[in-house]
Amino acid sequence: MTSEEMANKLGAAFPSAIIETNRFREETTLRVQASALRDICLHARDNLGFNYLIDISAVDHFGKEPRYEVVYELYSLKDCVHLRLKTDVSEDDCRISTVSDIWPTADWHEREAYDMMGIRFTDHPDLRRILMWDGYPYHPLRKDFPLEGKPSELPGVAFTEPAPLAGGPFVTVPTDGTTQVREPRARHAGDLVPPETFLAEP
Amino acid sequence: MSTTLSPVAYDAKIEGNVIFTQVDAAINWMRSNSLWPMPMGLACCAIELMAASSSRFDISRFGAEVMRFSPRQADVMIVAGTVTYKMALAVKRIWDQMPEPKWCIAMGACASSGGMYRSYAVLQGIDHLIPVDVYISGCPPRPEALLDGLMRLQKKIMGEHALVDQKKELLESL
Repeated sequence: MTSEEMANKLGAAFPSAIIETNRFREETTLRVQASALRDICLHARDNLGFNYLIDISAVDHFGKEPRYEVVYELYSLKDCVHLRLKTDVSEDDCRISTVSDIWPTADWHEREAYDMMGIRFTDHPDLRRILMWDGYPYHPLRKDFPLEGKPSELPGVAFTEPAPLAGGPFVTVPTDGTTQVREPRARHAGDLVPPETFLAEP
Repeated sequence: MSTTLSPVAYDAKIEGNVIFTQVDAAINWMRSNSLWPMPMGLACCAIELMAASSSRFDISRFGAEVMRFSPRQADVMIVAGTVTYKMALAVKRIWDQMPEPKWCIAMGACASSGGMYRSYAVLQGIDHLIPVDVYISGCPPRPEALLDGLMRLQKKIMGEHALVDQKKELLESL
């Protein structure tokens, strides 16, 4: 069975929950409603043989609403089929239900997404930070978080200080734009006016 | 080598294997030739640190082969690798547990300055927390560079005033 057939089967089972089906370079991506995500995942695992969750990642579409997007990479080891599920998470709510009881591997993936992006996975058994320490006040992979970091202090545990970026080359702009806009080093002179927030120092 | 702190002086007029020296020089000579490292291996530099102690480079030629994984028995902390903020206070704590006199080698770009990690997660040089005696450049430095750094540290130790600086209370009580 191919991923396209799998996607069609899922579409037939959840006609209202699947917003969009996209096929690009032999890869199938389904955009699904967050409310139906768990049902779709359960169905995909139990009836379609997606017994392996490769990864969960989160995307920050800074400046747009819904701001966040959570991406689930599903794989069927039996049929060797890969399927991608995407779902939107709004900035105000910033919550989505966990799939860690469906695929246990999702536990740490969701902890990482929570740590880096601040997306809360409801009913997760142990939603702690996984890379940064408990008590670190920020979510560093958000687009509005400066690359050099922000100062923080947790006595006895850890502290952070902004790194001296000195204007580049490793600077990013908090934007949803292309790489040329986002990373000033890749910009050609005169192409685009740097946004106000271009400088590393906020 | 400093002339005032020459480790030994041999007087040909006195027979019988007698060698004159200063206490400072003798202590420094003993210390610098048995530097027990605390291998603070945090990233890829640790691989080069391990290579330096293997037979090809053989750090034992300089008396520093006794890698002590207990800070209580170590003389020199070799910070080899990227110090993240999450690890930073743990490194500081181990440093604090090392008995005096102690020295620190910042091995590689990351330990010296944060290296290529101009990042929210990485301490920009271990010297923000620990006094560093020798910085070794390289990403990672080759074992020869570490040995060079070790020899420089030995030279530095030979120039220290071990007795005056570190045994003040003892000297005052005399």
